[in-house]
Amino acid sequence: MSLPFFPTTEDPGPDFAGLLRRLRLPAQPVVPAGTAPVGGFRHGTTVVALRFADGVVMAGDRRATEGHLIAHRAMEKVFPADRYSAVAIAGAAGPAVEMVRLFQTQLEHYEKVEGIVLSLEGKANQLGQMVREHLPMAMQGLAVVPLFAGYDLARGTGRIFTYDVTGGHYEETEYNATGSGGRDARTTVKLGYRDGLGRDEAVELAIQSLYEAADEDSATGGPDLVRGIYPLVATVTAEGFATVPEADVGARFATLIERRRTEGHQP
Amino acid sequence: MTMPYYVAPEQVMKDRAEYAQKGIARGRSLVATVYEGGIAIVADNPSRSLHKIGEIYDRIAFAGVGKYNEFDQLRVSGIRHADTKGYAYSREDVEARSLANLYAQYLGQVFTHEMKPLEVEILVAELGDARRPPQLYHVAYEGTITDEDRFAVLGGETEAIAHRLDEQWTEGWGLPEALRAAVTALAGPERTLRAADLEAAVLSEGNGRRAFHRLSDEELDALLA
Repeated sequence: MSLPFFPTTEDPGPDFAGLLRRLRLPAQPVVPAGTAPVGGFRHGTTVVALRFADGVVMAGDRRATEGHLIAHRAMEKVFPADRYSAVAIAGAAGPAVEMVRLFQTQLEHYEKVEGIVLSLEGKANQLGQMVREHLPMAMQGLAVVPLFAGYDLARGTGRIFTYDVTGGHYEETEYNATGSGGRDARTTVKLGYRDGLGRDEAVELAIQSLYEAADEDSATGGPDLVRGIYPLVATVTAEGFATVPEADVGARFATLIERRRTEGHQP
Repeated sequence: MTMPYYVAPEQVMKDRAEYAQKGIARGRSLVATVYEGGIAIVADNPSRSLHKIGEIYDRIAFAGVGKYNEFDQLRVSGIRHADTKGYAYSREDVEARSLANLYAQYLGQVFTHEMKPLEVEILVAELGDARRPPQLYHVAYEGTITDEDRFAVLGGETEAIAHRLDEQWTEGWGLPEALRAAVTALAGPERTLRAADLEAAVLSEGNGRRAFHRLSDEELDALLA
């Protein structure tokens, strides 16, 4: 490796993906047209995000599937994008995790080169461009659908953005979920959601929604009491990104399960 | 046919070195020092937006003196190198030694082969860990690289500043003492420098993954008080 220098007309500026292209290190693999991926590949499933009074809560189950098999039991799908935002992924696990890595590097790269942090809107846009560049692969069955949420320091509020495979991104005013169990998760949040939820209530609602999603969707992993693996829950507030401690998440699931057992379960 | 004048290589090098040294000596100086749990970098720089100190990677900082556009280009190039390396391999594979070597190669190359040498002097600072102690790599305009494990002085009047700092330097001192000594050394006997005249940043163990933190005027004031 030598120091990368560019003539002024070809300088990639603060764009890390552009830098990789110029250095001929392709950020995303290219699948020839008309072909489909061979054999199984891993799939990540349900992630959910909702706003509360001080910011946003984001949560994701831990299961990765390969066809009808469970490929991984402790996969992480919720990541810090930078200090004040988080990204969660559903879809083809390989390209999804790679996209997150590129996105994280891109945000930090911009911040270091330019000396200022991108606006939340700018970050959401960047992720949209990455999803759009991924479209050819999505057309061949390797779709990646992220969920982006963060704390907007300029507006003093939490914001959520959802995406589709074309890279279109849409701001959500309250909550959303994506992935195979997304619909069940969304319905659960919908029933318990109100404006200005407290942090504890919001975390509780996220946990409940993943429980219900796992209950209905075979590809979504519920709490794994035997191995002690629980969904990942994180918050983003004015203090930045923070993961809810696993012990806390575990305790909430234990209470939830106990309540279900004593109250009797709905069909 | 015109014959080019013969100029002895010694003379060429001497002229270039003088040219670069003059450019660097015109600018203000910068001091970096190791303290308990981190590295502090202080520059005599009243500007709030044209920085001399910058973040390169998780545990690596950059500082430059001399011509702004030239060292800033080196800074950006260092970030590009570090980020691509960390992306291609892993974050822990990015280290200051190899980056400092690349800078040295580049500066040496420009010094001998280009019309004009770069009028800069740069510093690559890396926080220590279990495997290696904190390190300050000082790269001069012609590519000479030196590593310091206590402090480094860049810019004009380096000898006087280094002498003043050396007198005060204590093993394992804290951030406030280190900063005060660095500022006094920079200012010299005739001047007093306040937070508004300075740019300061630290690489600190306490900052988590990204150890770099730029000190605001308020923070610097509080530390210097």
